[in-house]
Amino acid sequence: MITIAKLTIGEAARRRVLWVLVILAAIAVGLTAWGVATLVASARDDGVTEVDIKLVVSQILIFIAFMFGFVLVMTAAFFGSPAIATDLESGVAQAMLARPLRRASYLIGRWLGLAIVIVVYAVASGLLAITAVGLVSGYLPPDPFLPVAYLAGQALVLLTLTVLLSTRLPPIAGGAIAVVAYGLAWTAGVLGRIGDVIGASALVTASEASRYLLPTDALWQGVVYGLEPAFVINAGSGELVAEGSPFFASSPPPPALIVWSVIWVVVVLCVGIVLLRRREL
Amino acid sequence: MPRLSLDLPAIEVTDLRKRYGHVEALAGLTMTVGRGEVFGFLGPNGAGKTTTVKLLLGLARPTSGRGKILGAPLGDLATRRKVGYLPEVFRYQPWLKAREVLTLHGELIGLPRGRRGAAADDALRLVGLDDRANELVGRFSKGMQQRLGLGTALLGDPPLVVLDEPTSALDPVGRVDVRGIVRAAADRGAAVFLNSHLLSEVEQVCDRVAIVDHGRVVASGDLDDVLGQSETQVDVTGISASDLAAIERFGSPTLDGDLLRIRPMDPTDVPDLVATLVSMGARIHAVRSGRGSLEQRFLALVARDRPPAGTPSAERLR
Repeated sequence: MITIAKLTIGEAARRRVLWVLVILAAIAVGLTAWGVATLVASARDDGVTEVDIKLVVSQILIFIAFMFGFVLVMTAAFFGSPAIATDLESGVAQAMLARPLRRASYLIGRWLGLAIVIVVYAVASGLLAITAVGLVSGYLPPDPFLPVAYLAGQALVLLTLTVLLSTRLPPIAGGAIAVVAYGLAWTAGVLGRIGDVIGASALVTASEASRYLLPTDALWQGVVYGLEPAFVINAGSGELVAEGSPFFASSPPPPALIVWSVIWVVVVLCVGIVLLRRREL
Repeated sequence: MPRLSLDLPAIEVTDLRKRYGHVEALAGLTMTVGRGEVFGFLGPNGAGKTTTVKLLLGLARPTSGRGKILGAPLGDLATRRKVGYLPEVFRYQPWLKAREVLTLHGELIGLPRGRRGAAADDALRLVGLDDRANELVGRFSKGMQQRLGLGTALLGDPPLVVLDEPTSALDPVGRVDVRGIVRAAADRGAAVFLNSHLLSEVEQVCDRVAIVDHGRVVASGDLDDVLGQSETQVDVTGISASDLAAIERFGSPTLDGDLLRIRPMDPTDVPDLVATLVSMGARIHAVRSGRGSLEQRFLALVARDRPPAGTPSAERLR
């Protein structure tokens, strides 16, 4: 397993994927910092209060996190969907699996290698972006690690799903299914919040069910909650417009859902192992 | 890990069957491959050769039947340390260097860290890639990738080497090299299971062969057994079927127009046969003696139930 994980990380480095990620992160953080600095300077010139600046910057951070989360999820889908499928299609996997290498070790090794790359990328660039915004605006989320951890968790969930699909489906099909599933889960979350506000219990139930099927939206709630200053949470709690927005969270995701997310990853990996073991090579 | 004994056959399978949906890819394969022998596994496309290899290596599961590799059941994980494999589709990580591929496989088969480099260098030297050790595999030609695959299969001197069409991408020089490498592996005691449809190659390097068609073994044994007994053919005029009794002491003669066939016949009797025929007033135009080639035998076995080329059903087969 460790051999395959090291091989996977080596592949990412050798294929220049890591360098591309580093360069893209540097560009994104640089542009974000410049944009926020310009906005804050302009607001201060106009006499906007620091509290309002904090409010705006926290909302900008949430919007940036949304975009960054989407990029992370796409990255996870691009990494995960060919992880097994391409090796099987090309014959690279057959040469290795004829060795004393369990298919479970092979799959977990591939997942682990990609997970390390994605988590390191998410944590490094996420913290860098939050720190850069904090330096130019003076606003830092209460616990900068928390939203970054939730963002990484979202990407890990998508990576796990794509690795599962990769055991049976070609890379493009697996990647497309995963991205669509992510979009549907996010939309279900939005509709669930609206349903909660207007009292449509069926929508709420469907949204809850979708959170268990693919827990990315629950983790997104954690990202939003972790980026908000306390006064925004206090002001928005119970407000219909705020509670219905996907860019506001009055509470972190329930602990049960966080635990379920971990269980979900383990279960999906186990299903992937079973599917790969049953596959005739 | 199962105990490996030199007394045990390298491969032993009994009534091995494999079905993919309605297609029976392997219909009761029984064979034994001993230590130190080169075993040729022959058959036309779709005969079940690669399916057999995959079953032997645990890459696919048999529908029924039993089998052992080096004394352990098929698919036994620990035994795979002792089996080298060159797949028919030989693809290795294109972003790795040749030496890195070999050290990776050395790690997978559990070679101690300190031995992996030397084992990789030995394998590269064996297959003639020692001067390309630090080049990316993605830049290799197909022939070089196949050589690398052969080196990977022979890494660590495994007691069983399974080669699936090992010369399909090689030039004639490379094929000669591979024959030498295969023989050397057998000479050091390894069993080599050579899956091929290149009959001349098999004929030159194998100790025993099995010919498989439609998932069944249609002939197997030593090359002498499979190729059959010697035959003498004489292009002759001036004799008739009624004269054949006079030469029956040389073998069993048949006359087809001007072609006289005597089978079986000891090639050392050819001068006496010619003298007898001449004394009978026959005129001899040419004499050929020997056994048929593996290709002739192969065609005779696998073409029996196939329609002649050009017929509608033959076209469908393509």
